[in-house]
Amino acid sequence: MFGWSELVPAFPEILVLSMACVVLLVGLFTDKKKGGFIVFLSVITMMFAAILTLKDHVAGVEFTKTVIFNGTFIRDEFGDMLKVVVYLLMISVFFYAKQYLRQHDNLQGEYFALLLFATLGIMVMISGHNFIALYLGLELLALSSYALVAYNRNDLNGNEAAMKYFILGALASGMLLYGMSLIYGAVGTLQINEISQAIAGQNNDMFLVLGLIFVIVGIGFKLGAAPFHMWVPDVYEGAPTATTLFIASAPKIAAFALAVRILGQSLDVLMIHWQSMLATLAIVSIIVGNLFALQQTNLKRLFAYSTISHIGFMLLGLVGGAEGIAASMFYIIVYTIMAVGGFGMIVLLSNKGMEADQIADFKGLNQRSGWYAFLMLLLVASMAGFPPLIGFFSKLYVLKAVIDQGHIILAAVAVIFAVIGAFYYLKIIKVMYFEESETDQAIDASFDVKTVLSINALAQLGLLVLLPVLFQYCIRVTGSL
Amino acid sequence: MIISPELFQQIIFYVFATFTIGSAMAVVTVKNTIYSALFLVLCFFNTAVLWLLIEAEFLAITLVLVYVGAVMVLFLFVVMMLDVKQAKASQLKQSYTKAALLIAAAMLVQLLILFAYKLSGEIPSNELVRQEQGYSNVAEVGMTLFTQYVYPFEIAAVILLVAIVAAIMLTMRKREGNKQMDASKQININPAERLRVVSMKAEKATTQAQSKEEES
Repeated sequence: MFGWSELVPAFPEILVLSMACVVLLVGLFTDKKKGGFIVFLSVITMMFAAILTLKDHVAGVEFTKTVIFNGTFIRDEFGDMLKVVVYLLMISVFFYAKQYLRQHDNLQGEYFALLLFATLGIMVMISGHNFIALYLGLELLALSSYALVAYNRNDLNGNEAAMKYFILGALASGMLLYGMSLIYGAVGTLQINEISQAIAGQNNDMFLVLGLIFVIVGIGFKLGAAPFHMWVPDVYEGAPTATTLFIASAPKIAAFALAVRILGQSLDVLMIHWQSMLATLAIVSIIVGNLFALQQTNLKRLFAYSTISHIGFMLLGLVGGAEGIAASMFYIIVYTIMAVGGFGMIVLLSNKGMEADQIADFKGLNQRSGWYAFLMLLLVASMAGFPPLIGFFSKLYVLKAVIDQGHIILAAVAVIFAVIGAFYYLKIIKVMYFEESETDQAIDASFDVKTVLSINALAQLGLLVLLPVLFQYCIRVTGSL
Repeated sequence: MIISPELFQQIIFYVFATFTIGSAMAVVTVKNTIYSALFLVLCFFNTAVLWLLIEAEFLAITLVLVYVGAVMVLFLFVVMMLDVKQAKASQLKQSYTKAALLIAAAMLVQLLILFAYKLSGEIPSNELVRQEQGYSNVAEVGMTLFTQYVYPFEIAAVILLVAIVAAIMLTMRKREGNKQMDASKQININPAERLRVVSMKAEKATTQAQSKEEES
């Protein structure tokens, strides 16, 4: 039995769940061309969730790790930090989605309710302390995402993308579940902390390694790491841009949390085994992502391949020991902020009947609007990792951690392909600044969307002020796992 | 001759196990898809009895209710609606026999290894724990589900909600040019919207009268 007091650590989750249902109901009474109230409700939900999450971290109050619901739910600093980032990302996703759906006169409450359900899935994954809870959170996120990809029912590309995403996602979930079941068979428990103890106490790890392989395949699929990346470009391209920018951002944080909870916390004893597997995935991802991105003319596909290479960098961090986990946490946070901004830019330049998802659509953006060309410059340069921007430092920390562990070859390959990758980012910048514009259409967006996008892009510079603090936090929360 | 309870149990086990294996083989060997689906039902049913024997009553009942009652009925519906033509035996034999034999041989070898491993005594083979009479399987499952696993249970409920919302969102959309009648609109109709009452001056029937005058 449990009382009300035991529910307190889970208040953010309960709030998001209740508000998703409220948004679902309110959506029934909203016009497809407006829907400002739904967006307002969703944004407010995220803000209150952030308050509920942060209220235990006010200076002077001792924060203690709590495990509730018979050990299936954990509230710790690591989870809370990731959750706050997810809330912020979701707020910008809501604004961009509003802009995109209004352009298409198709703003429905269900879309935002599904986004909130997906957020709940992400939160469940971040806080999962039991394999069943982690898996169910993943399924909640995945099911909502499939529906969001298929949102434009009359769009054939969208349907194809949703179908591919669904089938490959189901396959990946199956792999992950099979791996979990093998691990359960070997140790006899599903609790994260108990698994770690049980593995330490036994020496026969054949079953465990077999389970580990399947788990890594599952995580690799969800993250979109090569060689399990086939779905990424098709889904990114086919999905409505509003959905693409969601899939590219917050779920990556959830997948990172999943990897840390499963590999870092429960299978930490098998580190020698999973480090070599992750190193392979990381290098293959960096090579495949950067080389394939060179030939893309569609910006969504280009960002998809660039995601693969960024995921490679993130996985590389996990190879680099304790500091590496902090570095890859920092990397994934910075990357999701850049990705959401980059796709937000596509949404901003699109208008009714035209999606600005070709590189050619950015021709001469500087003449049309110097400010937005500058914002795009910041985002793209940060993705490429040019020195003064935050994207440079996130790469630097990962590489430093990897070199400290003695994997110099890994670091060298990563750097070489990052330099090759800079080419296609520079191509976007060249097109924006040095080519003639084909249209002189004014950029049409509401004030709030423009503000959010500007903040999002300027964060690439602004976060530099917070850089040491943020990284210290990453080290602290991953150290306290 | 008196049959002891143990012997009786063994008889039940072997009868139903034989039926399970037989119907499972029939599922893959029978050429008609509908027979195949029906044999799968038989297979599930016999498996449920085997579960009853190891005192997993709840699982046994669920298997019959969910798989036989719902899933297999759906399967049958789909099979009957698709109108699958019976594949010719000659084609099948040529293309699949070798691969099937290879897979079957691999599985046989794996099973033999497993049995050898088990007989060597390295894996402790625990005896089945027998519960007392009156022990309720359902109550026990419910107790675990609603205390120890209440959090995963609630998330599973949310997943079902998402599935419903997504399915309705993707299928319930108004198509262009749909001529379906909307009863509430018909009832709530206001005469003023449909009928325009124009007030006009009363006019004399001049045209006819004038023409008549001209004629005369």
